[in-house]
Amino acid sequence: MSNQEQPLPVLDVRNLSVEIGRTGRKVVDDLSFAIPSGEMLAVVGESGSGKTMAARSILRLLPVPLHVAPASRIFFDGDDLASASDKHMRKVRGGKIGMVFQEPMVSLNPSMTIGRQMAEAQRIHLGLGRAEIRDRSLAMLERIRIQNPEKCLAAYPHEFSGGMRQRIMLASVMLTRPRLLIADEPTTALDTLVQRDVLDLMAELTSENGTAVLLISHDLGMVSHYVKNVVVMHSGRAVETGPARNVLVSPQHSYTRRLVDALPKRTEGGARDTSADAEPLLELRDVVVDYPGRGGFFMRAEPKRVVKGVSLTINRGETLALVGGSGSGKTTLGRAIIGLVRPASGSIRYLGRELLNESAAAMRDLRKDVQIIFQDPYSSLDPRQRIGSIVGEPLLLDKEMTPPARRARVEEVFLDVGLDPDFMRRLPHQLSGGQRQRVAIARAIVRNPAFVVADEPVSALDMTVQKQILHLIRKLQAKHGFACLFVSHDLGAVEQVADRVAVMDNGNIVEIGNRDDVFDNPRNAYTKRLLDAAMLLDRKFAGAA
Amino acid sequence: MIRFVAGRVLWAIPTIFVVSIAVFSMMRMIPGDPAAVMLGDLATPDQVAAMRDQMGMDAPIIVQYVRWIEQIVAGDFGRSILTNDPVLPLMLERFSVSASIVVLAVLFATLIAVPAGMLAAWRQGSFVDIGTVGLATLLLSIPSFWLGLMILLVFGLYLKWFPVIGYVSFATDPWRAATFLVMPVLTLTLVEIGVIIRMARASAIEVARLEYITHARAKGLSEAAVMWRHAFKNAFAPTWTLLGLILGGLLGGIAVTETVFTLPGLGRLLVDAIYARDYPIVQGCILLISAIYVLVNLIVDLCYPFFDPRIAR
Repeated sequence: MSNQEQPLPVLDVRNLSVEIGRTGRKVVDDLSFAIPSGEMLAVVGESGSGKTMAARSILRLLPVPLHVAPASRIFFDGDDLASASDKHMRKVRGGKIGMVFQEPMVSLNPSMTIGRQMAEAQRIHLGLGRAEIRDRSLAMLERIRIQNPEKCLAAYPHEFSGGMRQRIMLASVMLTRPRLLIADEPTTALDTLVQRDVLDLMAELTSENGTAVLLISHDLGMVSHYVKNVVVMHSGRAVETGPARNVLVSPQHSYTRRLVDALPKRTEGGARDTSADAEPLLELRDVVVDYPGRGGFFMRAEPKRVVKGVSLTINRGETLALVGGSGSGKTTLGRAIIGLVRPASGSIRYLGRELLNESAAAMRDLRKDVQIIFQDPYSSLDPRQRIGSIVGEPLLLDKEMTPPARRARVEEVFLDVGLDPDFMRRLPHQLSGGQRQRVAIARAIVRNPAFVVADEPVSALDMTVQKQILHLIRKLQAKHGFACLFVSHDLGAVEQVADRVAVMDNGNIVEIGNRDDVFDNPRNAYTKRLLDAAMLLDRKFAGAA
Repeated sequence: MIRFVAGRVLWAIPTIFVVSIAVFSMMRMIPGDPAAVMLGDLATPDQVAAMRDQMGMDAPIIVQYVRWIEQIVAGDFGRSILTNDPVLPLMLERFSVSASIVVLAVLFATLIAVPAGMLAAWRQGSFVDIGTVGLATLLLSIPSFWLGLMILLVFGLYLKWFPVIGYVSFATDPWRAATFLVMPVLTLTLVEIGVIIRMARASAIEVARLEYITHARAKGLSEAAVMWRHAFKNAFAPTWTLLGLILGGLLGGIAVTETVFTLPGLGRLLVDAIYARDYPIVQGCILLISAIYVLVNLIVDLCYPFFDPRIAR
């Protein structure tokens, strides 16, 4: 073979369609792409675009009613996998094609040690003996910088953090030196710093072995840093294909343009300056929160300090973003403020009133002023309650309100958050993720609170939906004037809504200041690292756009 | 791990203690005077009063309870009011009959129902699945006494394969003893299969949807290896809890089945003793049954970390 000749691609997918049962409905429609040996290609799309099913169909791992349509061709090293026998597929799976999954919390078997899970593929595909498997596993764990690899082999998945599990999974897949790695949203569930870490490791391991990578993601900005070519999918079809840079800088298709547009940008007009207000809405001084440690029958539990003396103020109507990685204590602090967790010491003053001394009854009274929006719109709404009654429930606390008045108020809030009042009779599962988060927001603002804690409100949503929700929060704030504590690990989102930013690391606030100051001139090393990781993921070509 | 075990074992003690108080006070609340029952219809009030005094029933209730507990801790469960037999050996003998039937039945039911449930789950929606679920529902809806009678009728009376009435202990003649056990074990096995299948199937379906199962397939494992090595252990945990509850419940006596097959089990001993107001036996039986229940579930708890290592922390 001469150098000019195109080498045979590792994976060459032609006219791939995936259908649901015998309905003829397609979740993937006539998709074609190819990955040359050792290269990375990303398939980008939002939830429901069919990207995951396209990836799974390569290994014939589709969930039950789905199947690959007859005309599809999936050439892997020249063999058509679409027509291969089950036996051949089992050889390919895990041996020649490795796959890494999205949720590190559920993609490793909880009742099997890491060692046994790492051993399986090596035993089946490489036919190695116990001792050799052990040596190779240890070497690999060392390679991915796991401390104490010996102990890791005997440990169970729950003993590791999400990022660690994802590295372990990656390592165990790479042990068989596959020709192709399929990574299905490998970092979506991780926070920014860990995301970068895992992706760097993936790039490193695959390039060492000459493994080609099919990266499935919803994050156009993130993948653009790692891959050469992208395929943008929308409702089962590839709407745009080409070099990542071109797609980002000059998107051709209208959907791609929307996707690129949804990449985080700083809001025009800059942050509002609210610090001039006389009295702060909320004032925290030296707040300490402990979690009870795990004690034995006879042993005293040693509490774990999660928030280590935080002081900050929140002014009327402003948005303070609380930023940090997982385990930094940011969510706990948010919960302490609204009284879901009781601080061990310190002071939280709301309009000059000390909350920590208040009785339970007084706290209940105060709750109407202080509301929370949770991260996961799927589990924060009661699945058996109708939307209208979910949103109207806080109003029941007001004994004087008549049912018609309540109804009118719910309708008003529905319109406020951009939901059709006809949705009132629906159940949560009949709504999309974005609509559900609108419901959660409606529930939070229905009693006109003065203060809302939003705990990672957009991190479970697609990019274009994220943008809409962030826009909505800002709009509602302008209209109703509530203050907001925006808890997030996502600097992209923070940049779009925050007036001020507090960076939290290991239970302490390490930096606090106006948004533009913190983003443009970070002083703390941890802040710089966070920004670095976020910059890398989100803004590689943004300036050029 | 040691802490987990010690914690669970220590928690079992107060449970049994609370049960003993409940048993004791409940017995005092049932109407009817055991002294009068013992002496028969012709007793004079003086004789009854003397009997009550002799039985220590005139002492304050707390004193009676403390005395009772002291005796039990010393291994003395008292004597039957009616026959004057010591209660403990009587209970243990009857318990061994019930226990051999129950343990065998639950074991067989598990061995049949768990694989059946797993297979049904793995082929969800297929004929195998529909057939298995149908059978489970059918078995669940048949009352155990009716099923017992039908088995008795067919295998005992028409086919004459097994003896219909009576019981011989294992010590006397193991082979004949076994023939007496076949029909009750079969009845109980069939009764329990239904519920175990449903549980095993439901939890296997739960697990089959999880990502680590797809991950196991993506490693190139065969379907059987995915099912047994990866899914089984995780899917079995809820069934294991159910088995503990079933076993604990049944070991306390299977009065209905024992009555149908005229077996001298713990269940019948208890029922008879209640009618006769034989306090020592009733108290002893209920305490024994609760202790067994607590013990079985303790063992179930202790095995849990095997299925889910996250529990033993």
